[in-house]
Amino acid sequence: MELFTEGDPIADTKAPAGPVEKRWETRRFEAKLVNPANRRKMTVIVVGTGLAGGSAAATLAEQGYHVKSYCYQDSPRRAHSIAAQGGINAAKNYRNDGDSVHRLFYDTVKGGDFRSRESNVHRLAEVSVNIIDQCVAQGVPFAREYGGLLDTRSFGGAQVQRTFYARGQTGQQLLLGAYQALERQIGLGNVEMNTRHEMLELVLVDGKARGIVVRDMITGEISTEMADAVVLASGGYGNVFYLSTNAKGCNVTATWRAHRKGAYFANPCYTQIHPTCIPVSGDHQSKLTLMSESLRNDGRVWVPKTKGDDRSPKDIPEDERDYYLERIYPSFGNLVPRDIASRAAKNVCDEGRGVGPTKLGVYLDFADAIGRLGRKAIEAKYGNLFEMYERITGEDPYEVPMRIYPAVHYTMGGLWVDYDLQSNIPGLFVIGEANFSDHGANRLGASALMQGLADGYFVLPTTIANYLASGPLEKVDASHPAAVEARTDVEDRVQRLLAVDGDRTVDSFHRELGQIMWEHCGMERSEAGLRKAIDEIRALREQFWQRVKVSGTGEELNQSLEKAGRVADFFELAELMCIDALHREESCGGHFRAEHQTPDGEAQRDDDRFAYVAAWEFTADGEPSVLHKEDLKFEYVHPTQRSYK
Amino acid sequence: MNLTLRIWRQKGPEDKGRMVTYPVDDVSPDMSFLEMLDVLNERLILAGEDPVAFDHDCREGICGMCGLMINGDAHGPQRGTTACQLHMRQFKDGETIDIEPWRASAFPVVKDLVVNRGAFDKIIAAGGYVTAPTGSAPEAHSTPVAKANADAAFESAACIGCGACVAACPNGSGMLFTAAKLTQLSLLPQGQPERYTRVIGMVDAHDEAGFGGCTNAGECTPACPKGIPLNTIGRLNRDYLAATAKGANNTPGS
Amino acid sequence: MTKTRSPIRSNVGLKAVMAVTGILLALFLIAHMLGNLKVFTGETSFDHYAHWLRDIGKPLLPGVWFLWILRTVLVVAVVAHIVAATVLARRARAARPVKYAHRKKVNGSYAARTMRWGGVIILLFVIYHLLDLTTGTLNPVGDASKPYGNVVADFAPERWYVTLFYTLAILAVGFHLRHGAFSAFRSLGQQTPRGERRARIAALIFAVLLCAGYLVVPFAVLTGLVS
Repeated sequence: MELFTEGDPIADTKAPAGPVEKRWETRRFEAKLVNPANRRKMTVIVVGTGLAGGSAAATLAEQGYHVKSYCYQDSPRRAHSIAAQGGINAAKNYRNDGDSVHRLFYDTVKGGDFRSRESNVHRLAEVSVNIIDQCVAQGVPFAREYGGLLDTRSFGGAQVQRTFYARGQTGQQLLLGAYQALERQIGLGNVEMNTRHEMLELVLVDGKARGIVVRDMITGEISTEMADAVVLASGGYGNVFYLSTNAKGCNVTATWRAHRKGAYFANPCYTQIHPTCIPVSGDHQSKLTLMSESLRNDGRVWVPKTKGDDRSPKDIPEDERDYYLERIYPSFGNLVPRDIASRAAKNVCDEGRGVGPTKLGVYLDFADAIGRLGRKAIEAKYGNLFEMYERITGEDPYEVPMRIYPAVHYTMGGLWVDYDLQSNIPGLFVIGEANFSDHGANRLGASALMQGLADGYFVLPTTIANYLASGPLEKVDASHPAAVEARTDVEDRVQRLLAVDGDRTVDSFHRELGQIMWEHCGMERSEAGLRKAIDEIRALREQFWQRVKVSGTGEELNQSLEKAGRVADFFELAELMCIDALHREESCGGHFRAEHQTPDGEAQRDDDRFAYVAAWEFTADGEPSVLHKEDLKFEYVHPTQRSYK
Repeated sequence: MNLTLRIWRQKGPEDKGRMVTYPVDDVSPDMSFLEMLDVLNERLILAGEDPVAFDHDCREGICGMCGLMINGDAHGPQRGTTACQLHMRQFKDGETIDIEPWRASAFPVVKDLVVNRGAFDKIIAAGGYVTAPTGSAPEAHSTPVAKANADAAFESAACIGCGACVAACPNGSGMLFTAAKLTQLSLLPQGQPERYTRVIGMVDAHDEAGFGGCTNAGECTPACPKGIPLNTIGRLNRDYLAATAKGANNTPGS
Repeated sequence: MTKTRSPIRSNVGLKAVMAVTGILLALFLIAHMLGNLKVFTGETSFDHYAHWLRDIGKPLLPGVWFLWILRTVLVVAVVAHIVAATVLARRARAARPVKYAHRKKVNGSYAARTMRWGGVIILLFVIYHLLDLTTGTLNPVGDASKPYGNVVADFAPERWYVTLFYTLAILAVGFHLRHGAFSAFRSLGQQTPRGERRARIAALIFAVLLCAGYLVVPFAVLTGLVS
């Protein structure tokens, strides 16, 4: 059977024509507005409370809409945006080092390996400057210079210092800013906050997104929540790999359920593998911990020159070390973009020059920086990261070089959205990591926070009004047949998971699925591997529905039931990721196909055949998905072979 | 390593609950504490028993979701470390480890080791913010902030809201949490306009949630995984007394 | 938000009440200690001092008015201190209805953890102390006109148990003050880390000096230095 079929091409019809730097302004002017008096009567559901969801819910409530917000954690403050360490980009050019909106735009399109939309990326760069202003006004304690002005640093892949940061906890501080704005609206009664609620289905009425089905994770109660529009801000799907830097609860369920209801899933195979994570220590490993890439500003990456060199790093003399990033990429050195740094690490380990007990690791050495700047300066910059490393590994990175290895970190793919961040389902908006829009095939460091907040604070609140103003929508409540059907589906599914009562735990399936994905759909993919993976995933998925054991009942706090539902969706997503990776016969950004590389091992794009967004349409279980192509046009940044040499 | 765990099991809020003993063998010293609990849960599930419910999410010490009383210490014996970052090399082979939920009436037990910390959100909603609706912000560089103040504000802002301070406090007080947010915002120029309404709103919400009062016992800071300093509570006291002396009106943020 | 309770009934307000009343009582303790030390100046001088106490304020205030004003202030302070402490203790108890099965070791200070029981011990001692040396009810001599004699009789070697009780009570006061003095500063808004270190050191020195000042009298009697 065919793995997929090809359908009609699609296009973004919302971005205005004209010069790229005028498009957002034009769109803002052309978008319809909702009368302030009418906003209170309109309900918007926001799923997820990370940077995108939290900022969107707060902003929509400030504007006067009635907002219902949902998160699976016990508080909106815990969304995984909180774990972002490094920083947030903004084209402020405070350093006078040649930065500009256009340069940030250019860098992002190029960094994304020419697989993103110019209009969206330009808007992101424009809005970036407002984000910093907004966050400072909220009391986000960014790092500052002695003169009291904001400090910035350079970050992976950028030659200007445009990254604002709050020690190694920038995501936390930005998220708490958004969370506090959200709590203020909750206190004022404008946002109805539902913590420990998981979205399990999307409700469509007459083809429009009108609600969601949620499970109260404490009581197990399944209910239907209706609204005028639904915003998904549910994050990425890196946990399909089991081991990733995502939080344990991160899942694809919200977006996947929407996909099954008709929303196109775009570029699922674009996965970012972060080069600087703490290597796996054993089978018990439940997640991987990221060490901020800012460490690459001062740390030097190396491995021994000879294979199987088991000496302790201190005993390896300077001329027997291979600072391979500096050697291969002299102009960017240790600061090459993430995909390049990750693959380079994989290559040296494949050559047998990896370090540490598993040989899947490379050194990140601070000896030079400590010698040059002093231990105090390094402590001030990276103290908390060094402590974290020591807690996890038991080794002191001031004395022994850190060991790092790439790990799944971010997923550039996500639900397809137009310039208004609306999916192909009217009334379904998707923001933050959950959509596919701005990063192309590879995201630059410190751009995820920028995108999440740009979407939530500035873009969505403008564009959603255009949709809501086209109403009024027909009044519907939870007794609508479509809502009842969606709810019954969820209840059946919960019962099916509980009924299997097999002999394997959910985690054992998830771990096995992760191994398949990491092996065949990870840093390097090949046709044979992907085909094998698809077969293995299908077989494992079948096993899952026959042998999984979920303890307890549906009417209580049941963490193994929650996991089971998420893993069931990961199986379906995993297959689509492999199909997407298989069909894209080129290498670009985070997608590296072994068959498509330059003679010196760099990614080889094929712009003639693949300069498009692959948007997948779900048909039915067991039936091939339909591929819709959105052609990408590059009017301002002309595709070139990325070179960081 | 082989360990004996004594874990608080409680089916639901109404259940009385009790400590139950579980032997766990073959624990690797490289495991995190939560990974050790994962191992136990896998075995319980396969044996047809109810796994131990515990909160966790990021497992890198920043989300604040995890929170276990381990041998009477909030987040366990290692200072400045959340339960998820605590590794088994901190324990000895053959040790008996007691694991309990946070104990506070403001944090009612939901199930086993899971508690409801919604009271913290209510404290923030009562004033723990700067009123700055989206789009209203002035240029970021229009107000310089002395580096020392920005750094001190950051130190308090590092709070992860895990509730260890409450769990460790002999009075079940949430003052360190409340004071951390107040200190962050009162050290920054952006926080000044609402400084006094904020402190009254947050302290009222704190008291109303059923937390005890601070008696400066100093148990919270050693238990805090982020080391929020105790003197933040002095700042809270000072601002609160100043606010009440000034008769600042009691409607934060509106 | 509606106003939930008057500021003085908030946890912070109650602590401020404890701090202010505690400071008043500590000032009294200093004055009392200095008075006690007059015992080393001899019987006449000490008795003269004791009688003068009753006349402070003369001729502006008639008779023993000053003494009664002072006593009233002290009683109000003690009552307010105890009421605030009781309310806070009850709230603390309500804030943790289920105790930990594994009792944690103390990470803060022992002085801080013993404030409540320490306070009860001090209160019992104060009652005994008043019956002993103010009303003279429990004193072997009990002659209001001869305070020096009362003190000497009180701490006579054969009444070693009185000295022991007195010593324990004074040590309890010392512990109470060691945490209490620091805590008072903190409750009234001491907010810097450097100030905290200083306040803790000052509280310790104060507590030690005060204990020494009080204990030197009974031990002087016990050893016959004062007779």
